[in-house]
Amino acid sequence: MLTAEIHVTLKELVLDPQGTTLKRSMETMGYQGIEEVRMGKFIQVRFDSDDRQAVEKKVDEMCRQILSNPVIEQYSYSLREGR
Amino acid sequence: MKFAVITFPGSNCDYDCYRAVKDHLKCQVEYIWHREHSLNNCDCVILPGGFSYGDYLRTGAIARFSPIMQQVIDFADKGGPVIGICNGFQILLESGLLPGAMLVNRNLQFICQTVHLKVENNRLPFTNRLTAGQLLRVPIAHKEGNYYADDRTIKELEDNGRVVFRYSDGSGQADEKSNPNGSLNNIAGITNKKGNVLGMMPHPERAMEQLLGSSDGALVFDSIKNFLGAN
Repeated sequence: MLTAEIHVTLKELVLDPQGTTLKRSMETMGYQGIEEVRMGKFIQVRFDSDDRQAVEKKVDEMCRQILSNPVIEQYSYSLREGR
Repeated sequence: MKFAVITFPGSNCDYDCYRAVKDHLKCQVEYIWHREHSLNNCDCVILPGGFSYGDYLRTGAIARFSPIMQQVIDFADKGGPVIGICNGFQILLESGLLPGAMLVNRNLQFICQTVHLKVENNRLPFTNRLTAGQLLRVPIAHKEGNYYADDRTIKELEDNGRVVFRYSDGSGQADEKSNPNGSLNNIAGITNKKGNVLGMMPHPERAMEQLLGSSDGALVFDSIKNFLGAN
């Protein structure tokens, strides 16, 4: 069994109002030295397969087709064994 | 002359659209469930507002893969008029019928208020009963209405009259102050290259009679009927 761990975040060029608000809030709490905060999504997809190459191809396609919107978002993923 | 209102799980402006067509335009209209595979020979498709699929993943992202959407895309490709309102606009963006994407509103809040819209293009099936520069009072109700596209797309929209409505103040000034959600260039509605697909965040179907605060939205529906009657 393989599990894909996928991160979807807003592209660097796109302003992230949630990240900006979080940054401000954490600074109010006293945390210093924060350069930037970006928020995104974390998605896990489990496969009943051990064929890394085939799964990777599928995950990449899923990311482009539905899991991310290429107009505003970028994605990255890694595969690991097991759940 | 028949209209179709596509209904997804989570649509909640479908009845308003249905009523706008049936009671105001006095035209035939039917709901079409998202799992259907036919538009039943309708002449105009309305994608209503709401929270299709609970806005999971991204607004409109899952609805875009509903079976009926392939029919809507084919209908639009053949030149049929398609109007997407609010969540309907978001679905049109996700399906690629219109360019760009929606971000969370600049202030991170769900905004529910009546805004002024400046008419930028009155040569469309949806705007032929309006005049260029006319101001409409129509409500918005959304959290993800902050229109974004890359510079090239924005230029392409602006240069070709594809920005249809712009958020403005009561005197027609479209600036930062009159921009409720952070949309680039105060964009509230856009059309595709051929001009037969309109996406707009404001709700004309909620502004059909003075009793509800404004009847300006009726002009959008009147325009569609006028267009279909002439064709």
